[in-house]
Amino acid sequence: MKLTLHIWRQKAHNDKGGFVRYTLADVTEHMSFLEMLDVLNEELVVKGEEPVHFEHDCREGICGCCGAVVNGEPHGPQKGTTLCQLHMRHFHDNDEIWIEPFRSKAFPILKDLIVDRGAFDRVIQAGGFIAVRTGSAPDANGITVSKEASDLAMDAAECIGCGACVAACPNGSASLFVSAKLSQLGLLPQGQPERMKRAIAMIRKAEEEGFGYCSNYGECEAVCPKRISIHHIARANCDYHKASFTVWQGTGGKAAR
Amino acid sequence: MKLDPRIPSGPLEDKWTTRKNGVALVSPANKKKSTIIVVGTGLAGASAAASLGELGYTVKAFTYHDSARRAHSIAAQGGINAAKNYQNDGDSTYRLFYETLKGGDFRARESNVYRLAEVSNNIIDQCVAQGVPFARDYDGHLANRSFGGAQVSRTFYARGQTGQQLLLGAYSALSKNVGAGTVQLHHRKEMVDVVVVDGRARGIITRDLVTGELESHSGEAVLLATGGYSNVFYLSTNAKNCNVSANWRAYKRGAGFANPCYTQIHPTCIPVAGEYQSKLTLMSESLRNDGRVWVPSRAGDNRSPDQIPVSERDYYLERIYPSYGNLAPRDISSRAAKRMCDEGRGVGPGGRGVYLDLADSIKRLGHNVIEERYGNLIEMYERITGEDPYSVPMRIYPAVHYTMGGLWVDYDLMSSLPGLFVLGEANFSDHGANRLGASALMQGLADGYFVIPTTIGDYLANSKLPKVAADRPEFTEARQSSAAFIQKLLAVKGHRSVDSFHKALGLILWEHCGMGRTKESLTTAIAKVQALRAEFWADVRVPGEAADLNQEIEKAARVADYFEMGEVMCRDALLREESCGGHFREEHQTEEGEAKRDDVNFCHAAVWEYAGPDKEAIRNVEPLAFEVVHLAQRSYK
Amino acid sequence: MSALAAYWRSTVGKKMVMAVTGLILFAYVFVHMLGNLQLYAGDGGKAINEYAAFLHSTRAAPLLWTARIVLFACVFLHVWAAIALTIQAWGARPVRYSKRHYREADYFARTMIWSGPIIGAFVVYHVLHLTLGRGGAPYEELHAYENVINGFNIPCVAIFYMVAVLMLMMHFRHGLWSWFQTLGWSHPAHDGARRCVANVLTAIVVIGDLSFPIAVLLKLVTLPGGAA
Repeated sequence: MKLTLHIWRQKAHNDKGGFVRYTLADVTEHMSFLEMLDVLNEELVVKGEEPVHFEHDCREGICGCCGAVVNGEPHGPQKGTTLCQLHMRHFHDNDEIWIEPFRSKAFPILKDLIVDRGAFDRVIQAGGFIAVRTGSAPDANGITVSKEASDLAMDAAECIGCGACVAACPNGSASLFVSAKLSQLGLLPQGQPERMKRAIAMIRKAEEEGFGYCSNYGECEAVCPKRISIHHIARANCDYHKASFTVWQGTGGKAAR
Repeated sequence: MKLDPRIPSGPLEDKWTTRKNGVALVSPANKKKSTIIVVGTGLAGASAAASLGELGYTVKAFTYHDSARRAHSIAAQGGINAAKNYQNDGDSTYRLFYETLKGGDFRARESNVYRLAEVSNNIIDQCVAQGVPFARDYDGHLANRSFGGAQVSRTFYARGQTGQQLLLGAYSALSKNVGAGTVQLHHRKEMVDVVVVDGRARGIITRDLVTGELESHSGEAVLLATGGYSNVFYLSTNAKNCNVSANWRAYKRGAGFANPCYTQIHPTCIPVAGEYQSKLTLMSESLRNDGRVWVPSRAGDNRSPDQIPVSERDYYLERIYPSYGNLAPRDISSRAAKRMCDEGRGVGPGGRGVYLDLADSIKRLGHNVIEERYGNLIEMYERITGEDPYSVPMRIYPAVHYTMGGLWVDYDLMSSLPGLFVLGEANFSDHGANRLGASALMQGLADGYFVIPTTIGDYLANSKLPKVAADRPEFTEARQSSAAFIQKLLAVKGHRSVDSFHKALGLILWEHCGMGRTKESLTTAIAKVQALRAEFWADVRVPGEAADLNQEIEKAARVADYFEMGEVMCRDALLREESCGGHFREEHQTEEGEAKRDDVNFCHAAVWEYAGPDKEAIRNVEPLAFEVVHLAQRSYK
Repeated sequence: MSALAAYWRSTVGKKMVMAVTGLILFAYVFVHMLGNLQLYAGDGGKAINEYAAFLHSTRAAPLLWTARIVLFACVFLHVWAAIALTIQAWGARPVRYSKRHYREADYFARTMIWSGPIIGAFVVYHVLHLTLGRGGAPYEELHAYENVINGFNIPCVAIFYMVAVLMLMMHFRHGLWSWFQTLGWSHPAHDGARRCVANVLTAIVVIGDLSFPIAVLLKLVTLPGGAA
């Protein structure tokens, strides 16, 4: 099939950037979206032009590297699918495709479609863990976890940290990402001791990083390649309210840091 | 090259304890003064950096990704082995050890493998404590499943995303330490060289992938946890950015490269669809628990699978290997699939595929059970192929998946270059000539959480390591040579893209140094690789600038290393005149077509030593001594 | 910083304030609507006028003024939080997308920040009209029945009212659902019911409120003398 692509090109963070139009004559339906971009890049390189830079790695939908907004939808039109797993059979001959980077103040553009998602790491560093020293763990079956809790925790833990939730949210909120981690750890017995502290720390860190607030639109869930539910946001909110008014939060923001 | 494996004396089961009791300790006050550089933040790197940070060392960790959560460990689907024996089905440390060693076709060090089996249980404990949501039974206890090459149920799993969950566990431990300031994490920095001062690895040079700047980092020890080299084949199940460059640059600075010819071909991948194919996707081997592998009995049978009656199907794994059936080890299953396709009984476009059929299990267990077990895999298959595995059998074909070879290390995981330690897939230590399923995660975490934190202290305490500054001439020299290398790539200004060379190289290696190898094919491969390499340096086109985010430079530098590495791989395969595990020399096979080892002449690890630019690498040997295990012909019949 | 100030500073805290004040305002609208149903008593306005008189009596004064203060405070906090959050959200995406396709975020949800001020403007007019008698329609103190009918017989008053009720519907439909999420009332077993509860409550208020001008315009409710 023949495609017209409008791709956001931006040389560096400070560059203004803009759309550039490309046409591809021979795209096969079994190609993945990124393979289609590979074909374009091959043409550009042979011409001596700089290829379109996009982040990608595993190309099997688990590393969370790839992602762009395709025709107004993060990761493109197929539900529950990362960009690398989107195949061209979802497009038609003579389609026009608009490709632009995830846009968020917290995700500065580095080049073309590549953004810096370091803010996610910093949110995790603020408290997205269960503090356990290597070697000091009790026997694994010493802690029993109900299958239901474990399954729910796993639902949340599937998050790949791609940032599509932020890209999709009209408010640029990271609530789905933050709550998925809070929910995973909060549902498990191992995560209880730090549960309250964690909720405060991660949510406040996300705000500090410049993510927006949650309006409960549900757009994040709709584009999430792992279909993570916004119920986790409710659970995280609940923890946050509780944490804000429990005794050991008397130190306010300090405990969070 | 001096290759002293430094295996502790004493009975096998006491070796690790002996070692732990014997290591010199670094006092808490002195740990802070030692800077440890960790390259790579996959399972091995992240767990090592986190554990060392907790111990109090000054840790600098490096990843070329935007985040430490992206490494390809994340893609491991099936599970992680541990000898917990929670199922009471007769498992034990010894059994896990023996099966891993046997699975590796007796080409690994007994002592290392035993230690791996020994610490496997601690890994599960550690991960559960971190909040890894392993699958559980209704009573709340951990669930297990069986996996290729094992006759007990000892594999722990988290749906089809075990690698992801374990990596996120290690990443969370790492993040905790970054937050606490005990680990300094550098994103988007690729290691381009190891710096050697007075014969010891004392630092690295990195390239900032955003600005292109080359930076020097000095420390007391360098840890490489930089993964394997499957991507030398271009098409593999590895992530696109996986590369051999860190290992290769270390090799060029004096670290021995062991057994490069040991590459694993995974039997259950989605077959190639077309020219444009950029990578292959693995379908977890766990599918073989409930899927039956078959091809039509008759060559050239083009009927659709539902039209072929059971009597005209050949469930060849069940037929040839009745005791393991569909769970026969990877190398054996892969070669069997290749044989079926070579006989003209392959299915799908191009005839390079076999069926993996879930129909019987769906009938027996119901759609829901299958969906719960493999839902995400089935969905992935459907996205890629457009076919529905609940109604049509999946098509699978082997693909390069893992590399058992890697930098040579001693029992303490130190390479032949003092001060340079190698962890995880990047080293050669534990899997011999073939890795069993659910063992890679185990090894990465064993190395990172439990081995290196103990053994590195011994090196630091027993070595005289005067502080070195990053402005010493050795660093300047390394930085300049890296800059020159990049300039050289940019200066070619030829006509062909890096990818086109990489594809061509991959094809040569897959055809001549893939599932089946012969003296002739390997000799041809070496000549072809050399010719292509010369063409690469004459005609490659790397657009853009050095001082910029430039993915073409990243790729070009890696492919340049693959040319050199690929040649050594073929040479290693050529000189190993036997078949073992993933290395199958067609000249050396039993009458039934199985791998035939030569324990008299090749019961050793071949360790390649860099001899200088454009000089043939030197082959050294570390003999493998088996004190406990009797070397048997591997049979899964 | 005290825990409470930190809570208010955070977006989740502000959302909580919006949820709580929003629910109080919703409850008021609901009760207000129930009271107004006396319009249909068929007694020529006796019941509703007595009700109005009771509310303005000295006996009910503490109740009335408490309600007024609470409502005013709620509106103030609700608006303050809304403005602060919206400014923050706009800042979170300085460069807009050139194309946008929403899957889940419906029009009602995305326009909360606009339906809000329209409702606010209406409330000001509504108070001027039916509490202070400055709405440009015939007005007589404590004759609620007559005031309502006279007001709604002016088409533009009725239309403005109906537009405002539609805005209320848009606002409540997302607001009530949002309320569950923000408070954290979620349980896998009951999550399906939350949208339903929000929709039913919204429908009750909207149908009730919309019926008043329609009834007047259709002459189903008339002045005792029949005069318009």
